[in-house]
Amino acid sequence: MFGAGGGTSSYKEAEDADVIVLWGSNAREAHPIFFHHVLKGIHKGAKLYVVDPRKTTSAQWADLWIGLDVGTDIALANTIAREIIHAGLANTEFINRATSGFDEYAKSVESFTLEEGERLTRVPASLIKNLAHAYATADRAQLCWTLGITEHHNGTDNVFALINLALLTGHVGRYGSGIVPLRGQNNVQGGGDMGALPNKLPGFQDIETDDRARLRFETRWGTSIPAKRGWHLSQMFDAMERGELRTLYVIGENPAQSEANTNHAVKLLKGLEHLVVQDIFLTKTAELATVILPASANWVESEGTVTSSERRVQRVRRALNPPGNARDDIEIICEIAKRMGHDWGHPTAEDVWNELRSLSPIHAGMSYKRLEDLGGIQWPCTDENDPGSQFLHGRLWADPVVGPLAPFTPVAHVPALDTLSDEFPIRLTTGRRLDSFNTGVQSGGFSSPLRRPETLNLSPEDMAGHGLANGEIVSVSSRRGTIQAPVLTDPTLRPGLAFMTFHFPDDVDTNVLTVDAWDPKSGTSEFKATAIRIDKIGNQADARNSSVQVEATA
Amino acid sequence: MSNGVAVSIQRTVKITVNGSEFTAPEGSTILQACRSEGLEIPTLCYLENLTPVNTCRLCMVEVQGSRTLVPSCSRKIEPGMVVNTESDRVQASRKMVLELLASSVDMSIVSDELSEWMERHQVDKERFGPQALPAQLGERETTHAGHHVRGDGTLAATVFEPVKIDNDQYVRDYSRCVLCYRCVEACGTDAQNTFAIALGGRGFEAHITTEYDVPLPESACVYCGNCVAVCPTNALMFKIEHDMRQAQTWDESRQTLTRTICPYCGVGCNLEIHAQDNKIVKVTSPLDHDVTSGMLCVKGRFGFEFINS
Amino acid sequence: MDLKTSGKPASVEEKEVLDAILSKIDQPDPDRNGKILTDGHGIPSFNSGGHRDLLLPALHALQERIGWISHGALDYLSIQLGVPPAETYGVASFYSMFSLEQAPETVIHVCDDIACRAALNADPAEAMGQRFGSDSRVSDNTMWVRSPCLGRCEEGSAALIQHSGSAHRRVLMAPFDVDDLANQMRKPVLEWTNTDSVRIPQRETAPDTLRLLRRVGVVDPSSVDSYKVHGGYEALRRALEIGPENVIREVKDSKLMGRGGAAFPTGVKWESVARNTVRPHYFVCNADESEPGTFKDRVIMEQDPFSIVEGLTIAGYATGCEKGYVYIRGEYPLAEERLENAITAARTRGLLGKNILGRDFSFDIELRRGAGAYIAGEETALFNSIEGKRAEPRNKPPFPAQAGLFQKPTGINNVETLINILEILSVGGIAYAKIGTPDSSGTRLFCLSGSVSKPGLYEAPFGVKLGDLLEMAGGVASGKTLKAILLGGAAGSFVGPDQLDIPLSFEGVRTAGVTLGSGVVMVFDQDADMNQAILRIAQFFREESCGQCVPCRVGTVRQEELLTRLATNNMIGSRSDELELFGSIASVMRESSICGLGQTAANAVESALKLGLFQG
Repeated sequence: MFGAGGGTSSYKEAEDADVIVLWGSNAREAHPIFFHHVLKGIHKGAKLYVVDPRKTTSAQWADLWIGLDVGTDIALANTIAREIIHAGLANTEFINRATSGFDEYAKSVESFTLEEGERLTRVPASLIKNLAHAYATADRAQLCWTLGITEHHNGTDNVFALINLALLTGHVGRYGSGIVPLRGQNNVQGGGDMGALPNKLPGFQDIETDDRARLRFETRWGTSIPAKRGWHLSQMFDAMERGELRTLYVIGENPAQSEANTNHAVKLLKGLEHLVVQDIFLTKTAELATVILPASANWVESEGTVTSSERRVQRVRRALNPPGNARDDIEIICEIAKRMGHDWGHPTAEDVWNELRSLSPIHAGMSYKRLEDLGGIQWPCTDENDPGSQFLHGRLWADPVVGPLAPFTPVAHVPALDTLSDEFPIRLTTGRRLDSFNTGVQSGGFSSPLRRPETLNLSPEDMAGHGLANGEIVSVSSRRGTIQAPVLTDPTLRPGLAFMTFHFPDDVDTNVLTVDAWDPKSGTSEFKATAIRIDKIGNQADARNSSVQVEATA
Repeated sequence: MSNGVAVSIQRTVKITVNGSEFTAPEGSTILQACRSEGLEIPTLCYLENLTPVNTCRLCMVEVQGSRTLVPSCSRKIEPGMVVNTESDRVQASRKMVLELLASSVDMSIVSDELSEWMERHQVDKERFGPQALPAQLGERETTHAGHHVRGDGTLAATVFEPVKIDNDQYVRDYSRCVLCYRCVEACGTDAQNTFAIALGGRGFEAHITTEYDVPLPESACVYCGNCVAVCPTNALMFKIEHDMRQAQTWDESRQTLTRTICPYCGVGCNLEIHAQDNKIVKVTSPLDHDVTSGMLCVKGRFGFEFINS
Repeated sequence: MDLKTSGKPASVEEKEVLDAILSKIDQPDPDRNGKILTDGHGIPSFNSGGHRDLLLPALHALQERIGWISHGALDYLSIQLGVPPAETYGVASFYSMFSLEQAPETVIHVCDDIACRAALNADPAEAMGQRFGSDSRVSDNTMWVRSPCLGRCEEGSAALIQHSGSAHRRVLMAPFDVDDLANQMRKPVLEWTNTDSVRIPQRETAPDTLRLLRRVGVVDPSSVDSYKVHGGYEALRRALEIGPENVIREVKDSKLMGRGGAAFPTGVKWESVARNTVRPHYFVCNADESEPGTFKDRVIMEQDPFSIVEGLTIAGYATGCEKGYVYIRGEYPLAEERLENAITAARTRGLLGKNILGRDFSFDIELRRGAGAYIAGEETALFNSIEGKRAEPRNKPPFPAQAGLFQKPTGINNVETLINILEILSVGGIAYAKIGTPDSSGTRLFCLSGSVSKPGLYEAPFGVKLGDLLEMAGGVASGKTLKAILLGGAAGSFVGPDQLDIPLSFEGVRTAGVTLGSGVVMVFDQDADMNQAILRIAQFFREESCGQCVPCRVGTVRQEELLTRLATNNMIGSRSDELELFGSIASVMRESSICGLGQTAANAVESALKLGLFQG
C-alpha cells in the first residue's frame, strides 16, 4: 500500500478490532487460521461484516452479510464512501493532514447514492448504509480482502476502492485499524518482497524510478540492470501469442491448469520453442516442457524464508532429504548460471539472504538468528535493534506527516466483462474449499475425509428451475468452452449465481470456462466472473448416481 | 517509514508461596505465578492457550483461609495471598487424583512430566482392585443419565472401550480419555469454533461425543486436528502414529523435529515437522507462536502426503 | 455461525412442537449477547448466544409431545437456536428425564431412595420388580425405572408417571403401590391426578407455632384473594414503602442465613448484588429441591405458592432486578402447576409486570423446569441449566453476585429463605433476629420422614433439640427403637440415639460436627437395613455426579465399589485397609471437588462407618 505491497496490520489486531470487514474473502475456508483471530475478535465483541456474493461459511459468522452481485465491488465501495461523506462521518482531520486528492475523490463518488448503489449491486440500501456507518464510526476497523477483490479485470481498481475507504475514515496506520490483503499462497508476499514483480527490485525498490537503488544492485551484482519494467504473467501469454516470447522458465507454477481459459493457455505453451519447468511435481505444465528440473520442496526439503500476509518473514527449514535427483532451487539456479558462464559458487540459503539484507533496507535487520529467536520478523526491519513492524504507516498519524501524503485514487465502476445474456444467463464464480488448494497438486495427495468431487453448485431456485437433481451431470458452457459436471444444491447461493472450485482440473476443468480478460495493472485474470449456460445432457440414465451430500448450513 | 508495537504497563502483586515471598503480574493465576518462579505444580487439563476448566484437580494447592484446596490453574493471585504447593494435604490430594485417574483410564502414553509425577507419588493403578474389562462399543455412550448397574466392587470400573476408527486422519481411543475438556475447547470457542464434539452423558459415563455418537465423517468435524494436538493422554491420535504404534514401528528416538512454514495459504502458520526415516509422521504447531497458538487447519495438519509419496 | 448438521429431517409434528417454543423469539436479547442477523436479503437468521436458554424448554416440549428426542428434531432445534448439534446432544443426554432413543409413551419412575426405604424397611420398588421385572418394560407402551428421591418422603412411597403424546401428563403419585398404579393407568390419561396431601402435624397440635407455614393447608393455593386475606402482599407493600436500601437493612438486621445448605447471610448477598454496577441484575429462586429426604419447598410451592412469588418480587425489588426466575425440579408437576398459576394470577392482578402496585417498579418471573439432575440444585449449575447448558457447576470465584445467570450479577435464594423475607418485613428485622438463637435467627422447616409416627413438615425455632423434634413427630414408628437419624440429607450425616440433645442451630450442629443441610430428619429404626440405605446413598452420588471433576467423578464410583466390597466381604486386604482407603477417597472428594456435591458425597457414609452402622 502506498509504495510497499503488504498488509498494514497484524493478525492479532483482528482480535482487538471493533469492526472487521471481510470483502471478497472466505477466510473461514481459505485462511482458516487467520479466521481464528477474527473469531477471537468476534468473541470479544467485534462486529463482522462479510461482503461476498455467496453466503459463505465466513458470512455465516457475520453480523451482516452483504450479498452483492459479482463484479460490483467498486460500486459498493463508492456508495459506502458517498454515504460516509454525506453523513458527516469522514475523518476530515485525518484526510486534511495525511492524504491528498480528497476533493477529486469525493466528486468521483458523488453519483453513487444509496439508491444507485442498490441498483448496481443489488444490496439493499439499508445494508449498505449499515456497513458504511459501522465502518466509519468504529474506533478500530480491519478491512481484509482476498481473491474476490483481485481476480477481476479491474482487480487493482477494486483494491484502490477499498484503500480509499480506509483513508476516508482514518482506518490505517493505527493499532487495530488497517487494510489486509490475505495472500493465497505461502510466499506470494515473499515473492513480491523479493522483487518477483515486473517493476520492482527486492524490497519494493522501483526499477524504473529509483536510480540509486538500481545502482546499488548494479554495483553489488557487477552488471547493468535495464531501467525498464518487465512483463507480468498475462503479458507473457500475450507476448507468446505475438511470438515475441519463445522461451519460458517456469518455477513452481502450473499455468497449464491454473490460467484462465486453459485451452488457449495450453496451446500457447505448446507453441514455445523452449519450455523449462522446475517443480517438485510432474505437473501438466511439466508434461509440456522441453526440460524438467526436479526441485526440492521449499518448505520441508530446503532452507530459506517465506513472508506471510502480515509481512512476517519466517524461516522454512529442511526436515527431509529431497527424493532422487531433486535439487535445491538455489543449487539449480547457480548451476544454470555456471553453464552460462557465471560461477556464483555454492551459496547457502543464508548467504543469499544476507546479500538480500545488504540490498533491501526493509529486510536489513533480519538476520537468520533473529528470525529464529523472534519467531519471524515483520518488515520493515531496518537494523538489528529494530523489533519489526506490527503495523504500517504510523507515520500518517504524526503531525506533520512524515513522508509523502497518502493519495486517494478515484476509480470507476466497470461491470464484469463477460456479460450475462440470454444465451449465458448465469454468473459463475470460483473459490476454494477448506481441504483443497489451487489445482490440487499438493492437497490431492492426502486422504481428506471432507473431500467430495467437483460439482457445479446452484441455488435451490436454479436447481428447481432447470429441473435438476443433486448429482445429475450437466453441460456447462461459457463463451470459451464447455465442460460437464455434476450439480449440487447450495443454499448459500442466490438465484442466478453458480459456484465451482478449480481444485480438480483433471476431472472437471473449470478454467476451460473462465475468461482470460485480465487486469492491465496487475495481470490477474478475471476468474471470479464468468457467464455460463447450463444444459441438461438428456435422459436420467446419463445422470450418475452421485454420493454427493447436501451441505446443511445455517 | 515509521511503525508501531503495542505496549502495556503491568502492575504486580505480592504473594507468599511455600514460605517465600515474591511478586507476580496482577491478574496471574497461582499456577502462572508459581511457574514463573520455577515452582513445579503438576497439571493435566490445563493448557496455556485454552481457557482453564479446572476439572482434573491435579493442580490443587492450599491457600490460607480457604476451606478446601483451590485450583491453581484458575485462581487468580491476590495481594498477601499465602499459598502452599507442597503441604501434606496437597500431596495427599495429588496422589489420590492421580490414582483415581490411573485406576479408571489408560494412562500408558502420557507426557514424561506426568509420568514423573505419577512415579513420584507412587501411583498404584490397582489400588482399588483389578481394572474392569472394556465395555462394548457404544455401551458407555448409550447409558442413560442417572442409571447404572452396581457390580460387586471387586473390579475397579474403567472407561475402557474399543478404539474408534472412522476416518483416515485420526483415531479416538477413549480408554485414554481423562475428560480434560481440552479437545472440546479447541474445537469450540477457544480456537476452531466448529463445535463438532461436546461432553455427553453424565457422571462416570460422561464422555466426549458427536451428536448421537455419529462417526466423525457424519459430524461437523473439519479435521483440523486441533483436538488431537491438545490431547494430553493420546486418547486422540493421528492415524499414522496409531498405525505405526500398532506395527511397533513408532520410535520417537529416531524422529527429528523441524520447524518450518506451511506450504499452503499465505497466513504463514508455523509447522513442526516430526519426521522418521525421511517421512513426515506427524505435524504440530508450536503453542507459543502467536500466529497459530498451536492450531492448524486440515491442509497444514494433514496435507503433507504429497511429500511422502 | 457456520453450523453443520447431519441433515436428518424432523417430522412435521416435531417441527410444530419446536416452532411453538421458538415463536417466543421475536427480538434479540442484547443482555445475553444475542444477535439477530439478517442475511442481507431480509431473511432473519439467529446467531447463538441470544436464546440458547430456550433449549431446555424445547427439549421438554419434545419429550412431552413426542416421547423422545430424535436426531432430526435435535438438528432442527440446533439450527433454529444456533446451538451446535453436539452441544444440544450433550445437554439432552445430561438429564435423566430426556430420552434420546424411542421410548414407551409411559415411563414410571419409582422412588427407591432412602426415606421411602426407611419408612417401609424395604425397597419400595421391589413390588414393581416382582410384578414386572427389574427396570424394564411393563408393556409395549409402558416401562418403569428406579428413581432417586421424588420429594414425597412424608408419604413413604412415591412414583412419577411421565406420559407423552398429545395428552401428555406428569403425575406424582404418593403414596404409591402397584395396585393403585394399575387403577390409575386404567383411567383415561386426562383423569390422572396428582395426589395433594398436606402433612403438617403441628397444624393440629400447636398451630400458633407456625410462622412460615401458617398459611399452608389454610389458604386456597389457587387464589390471590385468599392469599391476601391471609396476609399476602402486606410484605411487598411494606417493602415498596421503605425502599430497596431499607429492605436490605431489615434483612441484614434479621441475621437471616440462607436455608439452602451453605448458610450464607442473605442480607450480605443481596447487598452485593444491589451494589453491582453491571446491569441487568437477575434474581433466582432455587426450587430444585432434590436432596433425598427433603420436601419442604414442594409443600410451600403446592400449598402457598403466592408467598414465593411475593418473596421473589421483594428480592428483585431490593436488588434492582427486573427479571426473576424460579427453577423447579421436573419431578414436581403439582408444585409447578400451582406456581405457574400463581405467577399468571399475580401478573393479571398487577402484582407482577410493569409498575407493580402502581409504583415505579417492574418485575416479572419466569418458571423454568429442571429435567432430572440433582446437581442442578447447585447454584452455578442451576444457572448453566437455565442458560441451556449441561448443569455443570462453575468454579468459584466469581460468585453469583459478580457473574451469575447469563454472567450478570445474580441473587439466588432457596424457597424457604425467600418466604422468610415476608416474615422479616412483617415483624421487622430486629424482632425477627430474636427468634431462634443469637447466631441462628428465625425458625427452620424440618422434613421428618422414615420410621417416625407422624411424618411430615415441621417448623421450629432454631435451637430446638433433635430429640424434641422427634418427640413432636410422635417418636419412632410403631414404638420401635431408634437406630439412627440421618440429619441434613444424603449430603448430611448420621447421628446415633445418644445424640438427640444436639441443638438444631447452625452453631449447634457445627459443634456436633454434623449439618442441618436442607432440614432433613430421617429416622431409621431397629429393623432398618442400614447397609442398603448407605449403599443407596453411595449409588445416589455416583449417579448424580455431573462427571466434570476427577475427585467426584471417579471418587463416587470408588466409594460405592468399596462399600459393596465391605458389604459382600470381598475386601482388598483387611477391613482396616479398606477403611483407610475410604478415608483417602473421602478426603480427596472433600478437599478437591469443584462443588458441594463432591465435597459432601462421603459425609453420610463416613458418619455411618464411624457409628458402626455399616455391617461388613
